[in-house]
Amino acid sequence: MLALISKRMMLVIPNLIGVVIITFLLTRALPGDPAAYFAGPAADKQAIEQIRVKLGLDKPLIVQFGSYVADLGHLNLGTSLTTGQPVLTELKNRLPASAELTLFGLILSMAIAVPLGILAAVKQGSWIDHTCRVVATAGVSLPVFFTGLLLVYVFYFLLGWSPAPLGRLDVFFSPPPQITGFYLIDSLLNRDLATFRAALSQLLLPGLTLCVFSLAPIARMTRASMLAVLASDFVRTARASGLDSRTVILTYAFRNAMLPVVTTLGMVFSFLLGANVLVEKVFAWPGIGSYAVEALISSDFAPVQGFVLTMAILYVVLNLIIDVLYGVIDPRVRLEA
Amino acid sequence: MTDILLSPQGPAVAKAPSNSIFRHARYVIAENPITGIAFGLFILIALCALIGPYIVPHDPLASDTSAALAAPSLKHWFGTDQLGRDIFSRVIVATRLDFTIAITSVVLVFAMGGFAGIAAGFFGGWTDRIVGRISDTIMAFPLFVLAMGIVAALGNTVTNIVLATAIINFPLYVRVARAEANVRRDAGFVQAARLSGNGDFRILLMHILPNIMPIMMVQISLTMGYAILNAAGLSFIGLGVRPPTPEWGIMVAEGAGNIISGEWWIALFPGAALMIAVFCFNLLGDGLRDLVDPQRRT
Repeated sequence: MLALISKRMMLVIPNLIGVVIITFLLTRALPGDPAAYFAGPAADKQAIEQIRVKLGLDKPLIVQFGSYVADLGHLNLGTSLTTGQPVLTELKNRLPASAELTLFGLILSMAIAVPLGILAAVKQGSWIDHTCRVVATAGVSLPVFFTGLLLVYVFYFLLGWSPAPLGRLDVFFSPPPQITGFYLIDSLLNRDLATFRAALSQLLLPGLTLCVFSLAPIARMTRASMLAVLASDFVRTARASGLDSRTVILTYAFRNAMLPVVTTLGMVFSFLLGANVLVEKVFAWPGIGSYAVEALISSDFAPVQGFVLTMAILYVVLNLIIDVLYGVIDPRVRLEA
Repeated sequence: MTDILLSPQGPAVAKAPSNSIFRHARYVIAENPITGIAFGLFILIALCALIGPYIVPHDPLASDTSAALAAPSLKHWFGTDQLGRDIFSRVIVATRLDFTIAITSVVLVFAMGGFAGIAAGFFGGWTDRIVGRISDTIMAFPLFVLAMGIVAALGNTVTNIVLATAIINFPLYVRVARAEANVRRDAGFVQAARLSGNGDFRILLMHILPNIMPIMMVQISLTMGYAILNAAGLSFIGLGVRPPTPEWGIMVAEGAGNIISGEWWIALFPGAALMIAVFCFNLLGDGLRDLVDPQRRT
């Protein structure tokens, strides 16, 4: 197991180097003069030149890259021009909100998609199978911001079941004392059921939006891999040995069918982290995505760059976890490593 | 599959008798009528993109504050927005911009990713390693986030949205083109072409490329929907297209604030147009795959 983890860690390094190079290139080597940009529209030539020297932009690209990496090593992502706060602090403060939303959406989506996929495979050709196919095709075609708005219209405006789509918690509640940063968990740890319910009701619609979005690949993959496993010899043997179909499907087939599904999670995370930005904008969710969007609109580049870097590192780490998880589930992967 | 690949005529495969292709297309459509519907929708969308601006009942930019926020009626089929602009006209006129963004970005990534992929699969070695590293690095980002970063860095224009959409699709095209070129690297027709004195690049362009065209076309159709979604997502968060230009993503964004006060039509119709377009391209891609994938041929 350790061999697998360390081997996989080695593969992460070139990816991280690539990520750092790209985020660096996104600011420096591209058309446009960053010095003129940081100096603002009113600056004259001399001021621009001063800023250029101050930012080290007059040095060769390699030297600039060196100081960029050194800054990263000191966890310095720069300062936001609009808020005046260090980017890292703001990202750190806002990350739990995004993480809670993304994970909630993913768990919700797994809870629906996996049983749906299993049922579709077990009862191939039945109405459940057709439902699964329609849901999967519709799910990929719906723009995630549009799904979010539709849900808001139906559940907030028409039915009045859900609170106004404005942030993580209604203004009448104060956030629970920070332990994990996840309001759901913190309020439970604090035995504050009212806050838990309020946080959950705010989280439900954005979570559902992300869930609809990520349902399709998971359901499709579960169905396909269940079908393959159900047709295999060991399932036939298990059936022939007289095991009841529940045991065969859940113990024998399902555990083997989960392997490709876990692999798909990597792709699902790529979609989810991107969709997260749009969902946060729709629901005024105070996460890192809406932070980046606000910065984008006011042409404040440091937060955007920090955001892209954070997301990329998160994604690389998530992929690492998925691969390790794969080794936990499948002993054969461990043996290979 | 193999017997077609290895047939000595090479590019002639792409020029199979058109009669049989039509028959096969008819067979695929008859077997799966949804592909037919998708094809009809595609023609409708293409028509809107072509002649939309000339047939709409109202000027998409003309505001009329006395008729602001009117619900759908006979005069304004899809209602009007905050400035009293006719949403029906705006949705139709926006087709051209959205369609153009999607097509240009897909053509661009076809040129970049397709060529890089073919070269990687054909030459192997260093070319393969460099191309592979580039696409791995792109894949290390959540794709939409990378697109945001690119547009933010290059500047907030429609051209850069096209470019960003092309770049994030690059690895997909490389993967397909590389695999297909790799299989054909030592095929009989390639060896024959080499023996008759063709250079590497000539073989790449004249012999390999035409052979993998059908599969690349499927890839194009499958990524069109994603390209539209991506571009609309970027303009939804305020990148690229500037108001008052009609574009589906930005129109949904303009209507987003009115959803909670019940004016659903401002966001619904452009969103639905977006959904239908993406749906159409996804179905069309599936249908095209059935058409091209020889395993389905009977």
